[in-house]
Formats: sequence, structure tokens, C-alpha cells
Amino acid sequence: MKAFAELYTALDETTKTGEKVEALTRYFAQARPADAAWAVYFLIGRKPKQVVPSKKLRAWAAEAAGVPDWLFDESYDAVGDVAETVALLLPTPDRSSDLPLSHWVEDRLLPLRDADEAAQHAAMIDAWRSMDRTQRFVWNKLISGGFRVGVSQQLVTRALARVSGVEAAIVAHRLMGDWEPTPAFYDRLRMTDARDADHSRPYPFCLAHALEGPPESLGAIEDWQAEWKWDGIRAQLIRRRGDTFLWTRGEELVTDRYPELATLGAFLPEGTVLDGEILPWLDGSPLPFAQLQRRIGRKTLGKTILAEVPVVLIAYDLIESGGKDIRAEPFESRRSGLARLVESVNLPDRLILSPTVEATSWEGLTEAREGSRDRQAEGLMLKRRGSPYHVGRKRGDWWKWKVNPFTVDAVLTAAQRGSGKRASLYTDYTFSVWDDAGKLVPIAKAYSGLTDKEIARVDAFVRRHMVEKFGPVRTVKPELVFELAFEGIQRSTRHKSGIAVRFPRILRWRDDKKPEEADTLEGIRAMLPGE
Amino acid sequence: MNASDLLQPTEHGLYCEEGDFHVDPWRPVPRAVVTHAHADHACWGCGRYLTSAEGERVLRVRMGREAVIDAVAYGEAVDVGGVRVSLHPAGHILGSSQVRLEHRGRVWVVSGDYKVEPDATCSPFEPVRCHAFVTESTFGLPIYRWPSQQAVFDEINAWWRSNREAGKASLLLAYALGKSQRLLSGLDPSIGPIYTHGAVEKLNRAYRETGIDLPPTSYAGAAEKGKSWAGSMIVAPPSAQGTPWARKFGPVSYALASGWMTIRGTRRRKAVDRGFVLSDHVDWPGLLGAIEATGAERVLVTHGYSAVVVKWLREKGLDADVILTRYEGERDDKGAEEGEADEETPPAEGEELS
Ligand SMILES: [Zn+2]
Ligand SMILES: [Zn+2]
Repeated sequence: MKAFAELYTALDETTKTGEKVEALTRYFAQARPADAAWAVYFLIGRKPKQVVPSKKLRAWAAEAAGVPDWLFDESYDAVGDVAETVALLLPTPDRSSDLPLSHWVEDRLLPLRDADEAAQHAAMIDAWRSMDRTQRFVWNKLISGGFRVGVSQQLVTRALARVSGVEAAIVAHRLMGDWEPTPAFYDRLRMTDARDADHSRPYPFCLAHALEGPPESLGAIEDWQAEWKWDGIRAQLIRRRGDTFLWTRGEELVTDRYPELATLGAFLPEGTVLDGEILPWLDGSPLPFAQLQRRIGRKTLGKTILAEVPVVLIAYDLIESGGKDIRAEPFESRRSGLARLVESVNLPDRLILSPTVEATSWEGLTEAREGSRDRQAEGLMLKRRGSPYHVGRKRGDWWKWKVNPFTVDAVLTAAQRGSGKRASLYTDYTFSVWDDAGKLVPIAKAYSGLTDKEIARVDAFVRRHMVEKFGPVRTVKPELVFELAFEGIQRSTRHKSGIAVRFPRILRWRDDKKPEEADTLEGIRAMLPGE
Repeated sequence: MNASDLLQPTEHGLYCEEGDFHVDPWRPVPRAVVTHAHADHACWGCGRYLTSAEGERVLRVRMGREAVIDAVAYGEAVDVGGVRVSLHPAGHILGSSQVRLEHRGRVWVVSGDYKVEPDATCSPFEPVRCHAFVTESTFGLPIYRWPSQQAVFDEINAWWRSNREAGKASLLLAYALGKSQRLLSGLDPSIGPIYTHGAVEKLNRAYRETGIDLPPTSYAGAAEKGKSWAGSMIVAPPSAQGTPWARKFGPVSYALASGWMTIRGTRRRKAVDRGFVLSDHVDWPGLLGAIEATGAERVLVTHGYSAVVVKWLREKGLDADVILTRYEGERDDKGAEEGEADEETPPAEGEELS
């Protein structure tokens, strides 16, 4: 645990990727497979579900430290993170330990899940007593399900490749899909023999960066192909050895969730992997994403929902053909193979070739992009002709050029009367998201985006649910959730949230969401450039 | 404050009417008793200064050749206008004192800035019994508990060594007066040569002249052109970060040593490669221990998290109050140049201090 906590600190303290890979390599070079397996698991963002909520950590730590509630709050205000405040507040450990990470996770953390509260409490106090601050911090994050570290899967892959001598692409592939963090898994990860492929396993998704500058910065338009950026679920459909697998980008195996696509597999030639987007699709056009969410939320898929929200796979890419990994082939050749395949399958209500957006100039394409929302698309994808299908988020060949680069679901927490013709209505809103302590913190003020009818409804809500007055501002009961869009996001010291957003506006009223489902500050911080 | 208090906050600073002098005034006054030479405690242009013998040279560097400075040994009492005044080590920087005032049986002590862990560059803090204690509270939150100084020095030397291995220079940022010298005293000169920024070197001289043992240092500005800095340690004030001056060192790892480095967010915002937790101020347990050791029934809190500390002390049954000094406004006071500022300046962003 000490080594892992040190690794955490090293990764946390530098923004230089070279140094991160260095630190990861040092760690993996000395770690036992049992510990390394868990380290990989946590570092690439898989985390155990919350065992103890941070509210309880907070109460137990305050008690152990002899600190009253108000003083915990003062401390939390200075620190801004419960797990860290707890780590700092607790008395200096009375003993030191260096038990391996796997021990902490398997013998201490996981069993706590089924323990009663008294046992959890005792176990936490005991753990804290033998840990230094960094270990406590990492432990608290693991326990409360909030472990995050500023390192991409790509860097972890690179370090593992360095330590094992296995090609990074193979390591990345082995990290996909379902696996348990066991010593055997870690050994398999480092195996130089590459014929180990489990036939269900997807390829690492090639991901795009957001285009920040003008498209002209990409050079000649002739070098690029534009497609719509769809608002669905990115997925790989795999057909191997007579089996079909559907994996999402979140590496969830969802074959059963989409019977339309599961049966599509039988129409694909043996040894085929398609990259595409699962989209709700009815009568030749996409349905809003909210429709797909209706489907995602269900335990069982009845006939009605299948009829109301059928899905298709919009095919983006062909990455395995005839059992051969063709990711290194140039984009156009993969694309023409894909086009032939889609045509021969010929099931236009299941499998659709991602349409291209044609333009002869960047101005023309910019204009076409304006039409994205009308097609339920989020903008454009720009793919460089001749480029391979990269592993992960590599800069330069794939760009997403969204109409609205950033959206969050936020809770209405305050309102103010408008000016001019709307002076009698509450039309200026303050929206908040959940901070690390589970409190709502303002993230944006927005004025525009609702229809007159919606404004009237919000106005009525504000009048009935006022909580406090601060000058012209009325705080309201946190109940309504809205999807906000903004053009940019950056760190700010002037905002309580630590975040400033640019040009926020209301995209839509999320009637379907409860305030608890609004976004968290942590999630928004993750959108910060360079995080 | 009561009319009978030995010290009253005025617009010039804490004033003792009985003896007609100020303690750590922030505007020029005829007669100043000065706890230490940091800019927010020793102001330029007073008629006369009273300071500790240990701190005389350092104060001279700051106040200039013309300043009239009376020096008195720790523990030795002098009569100032009928008030018995003595100075006692505060353990903050070289020559830092607590000021003890005694008048008609009433004893007041002003802590100035202090820390309780001893270090090699100044006399260690001594608790002084008193009726009323005026204490700082820069780090008056229970999250602030300092690791042992030796552990921090070990970390710093390990960092230096690994930079040397990587062919980099180590640039350690710390306030020029006090923190820099304390860090120097903990560096292991067998690792490589140690260089300093001019602001630091000037004070090193005053420290050495006072008899403090520091490892050999050279003024970085005097080095020949084209020199390789790989493996060197350079100690400089925080204002040097990112300046053309700092760029001449080639590949460099930056570190900052400060109590504020306790908090992860602050470390990250400071954009240094390493943050070492080292403060010349008292931490939470040290603060509570020091207050208790004075036996004071009245505690006046200034300089930092004063409201928090006052609330805590009141809950413990003590007569505690916030005493307003100019330090309360320190966060907005952009006038003080960082390199010259003595105090551990609170993080540039984020936390409210009062
Ligand atoms: Zn001070
Ligand atoms: Zn000071």
C-alpha cells in the first residue's frame, strides 16, 4: 500500500506524461503480481463500489480526531475534499505498516461490504491508525468509491509495455473486456506470446480529441472525411467462432441488452469486428438520446419498448476482417471494406453505414455542421484520410467537432427576475452541481434556452418553492434539473466551484431526472483541458 | 478590548499607552518593539527599534544603515516608559522574539510569529507565563500538523539526489529570510554544490555573522556563463519561479517548501514538481500546547484562522477574542512583493483566512 500511495503521489504531483510513465514503470517493476493487478485495475479507472459513504467517514474521523462538526466544516472548507480532510485531521498514526495493496483490498476493503456498521467503524479506525496521510487518502478514496488519478489508460499501457516488453497495442487489447484483478491476470498481461486472444475481446476504442481551434488549422479539407457525431452509445460488434459480442466503450458486455444487434451478428462473416454507435432509430431517423435512456434503465425489455425504441448500429469502421486485425490499414481501405460489408448484409433497419458529410471547403463544412442538431447529431467527426485505427485517444487524426462541446445536468438552486419585457418573471437562473461533500455548489448562471411556456412553469415553481432571499436573488428548493451547454470550461479562483464556464445556456429541461442525478463537480473537473 | 488592556489595537499597530511604544507597528512610530525582521512585523522608518541581540544583524539588513536599533539579550528586562519589557525566543526565524510586558502586576506576552519545533538556525521557542497572550494563528486548523523537520529534510535531500541522477538542477523555492536558511541547514552538501538567489545570499551573510552554521553556498549570479547546473541545488524566493533568471539553469525540478503544501489542491495549483511541508509557524497541536503553557486566562488571536481558534478556545472555557491587526487584510494586500515578503503568504487562491 505504501508503494501504491507513493505512486499515487508521484502521478498526482506531475503533469508531465514522461514522468508519469516513469513513475508507473518504477512501480510495476517492483510490484508483486497480486498488487500490480489491483493497481492496474484502479489506475485505469475501474473502482470498487462505495463501501462506506463519505458522510460516515467524516463522522468517524471527526470523532477519532476529537474535532467538533463545525471545525470539521472549517477544515473541509480549506481542503475541499472529504477523503483528504479526513486523512489530514486524524491523529498521527501510532504504528506504521507496509501491508501489500492486495491485502488491503481483498482482506480489508472487500469484506467490509457485508459488514455491519459497527464492524466497519472499527475496521476504519484500525486501518487509519497504521497509515500515513497519503495512504489514508488513497484508502479513503477507495473506500468511498471516489478513487481517481490523473493518468490515462494509455500511459498505464505504455508503462506495462515497457516493463514486460510486450507491444503496447497488445497490452491495451488484453486490458479490454471482462477480467478479474488476479495475479494470473497480471501474468497474462505480461505474456510475450500474443496468441492468447479470448475470442470475445474487443479492441481498444480509437478516441477523438475535441477540436479547439478553427478547422482550417487541420490543413486541406481534402485530407479529411467528415461524418456526423451521433449521440448514442459507442460500441464494437464482434463476430468470432460463431459467437456475437457487443461491447460498449465503457467495456460493458451488452449483447443481451440489444437483441436487434445480437441477431445481426449472424449476418456478419466469421472474424469481423465493427466499430459503431448504437442509436435509437425509428422510421429512418434517430430518436433523442432520452429515448435510449428509457431502454437502458429497464431490467427486462418488453415488446412495447422494443417496438417504441428500436436500435440500429451506425457503422463507423471495420477493424477486424476475415479474422485479421486490420487497424493499421489506411482509413479509406477500411471504410470501403466496411461499405461493401454493410451492403452485402443489407439490413438497413439494423446496420447503417455512417453517412459522410460532403463539403469542398471548411466554410461549407462549418455550415453543414450547423445542421447537426436537426439530425440529432452532436456535431461532426473529422477523420484524417490514410490514418490507422489508433489505440486510445491519440492526438491528430480523429477530431470531434461538436456543436456544443460541453453539457452538464445541473440543478436549479436560485433565480432572479429578468429585465425588459420579462421583468416580472424569474428568468435568470443559477444552476448547481454536487461537490465532493455532497453539497450543491453553483456552477453557472444562464438566461436563455427555455421556451416561453417553460419559463412560465419555472416561474411558478420559483414562487412556490422560495427558500431564502438575498437582495433580488431567491434561492429555491433544489428540485428541477436542466441540461446546460457551454462553450468552454476552465479553472477559476473566483468561483466557489473552482470552475468557470463560458457561454452557458440551457439546452433542455430534464423532467426525467431527479436532482440526485445531476452531475458532480468531480465529473466537471474531468472535462478540464489537460486533466 | 478593555480600556485597561496593556495593548490596544490602533491604526499604527498594537500600542502600549503606559510605556508609549508600539509592538510590531505597521506604520512608522517613534518607538517600536519588534518581534522579528519580517516585513509585516518590522516596518521601515520608525524612530527607534528594540529587538533581540540575536536578531539585530538581520533587522539591520532589512531596516538599513541609518536605523536606530537597541538590542537586548533574551530574558533581559529593560524599562520602557515604566513598563518592564523583555524578549524571549519565539523559534520562528533568527532573532524572533515574544515580547513580554509587565506593568503593575499585569503580564502580557505578544508571540509574534512562532513555532515550537526547534531548528538549527535560531533559539528555540520558550513558553512564557502570562495573564494575556497575543498569539498568531496562521495555521490554526486541525489539518495542519507538521511532520518532523528531519523527515522533511530527508525527503528534500532524496529529491535533490534523484534530480542529480536525472541530470537536473533542483530549484527550491522558499522565503528569503528564515525559511531559506533553515532549509540550507538541513541540506546535505555532499550531494552537490549549493547556490542561492541574491535575496537569500544577503541574509545568509547576516546569519553567518550571528554565528549560525550554514553549509557553503555561492551566489548563483556570480557563476560563469555556460556553466552546467545539473546536480546543483539552488535556493531562491518563490518570486523567482518562471523568471528568465530561473530559466538559465536548464532542466530543473521545482519544489516549494511551505506549510500550505499540506493541501493537495494547493500543491497542484502552485505548479511545482514537489511540495514540501515545512513551516516556520506553529501547527495546530503546537498552537494549543503553546497557549496552554502560558497559563494565560485571556487569549487574543490574530494573523490567520483567528475566528476558528477563538471559537475553539471559547468552547474550552477560555476568554478568547480576535484582535484586529493588519494581518487580517493580508490576503488582499497585493502590495507586498512575494520575494520580499517574509510571511508564509497564504495560497494565492482558494481558502479564506479569517
Ligand atoms: Zn507574521
Ligand atoms: Zn514572520
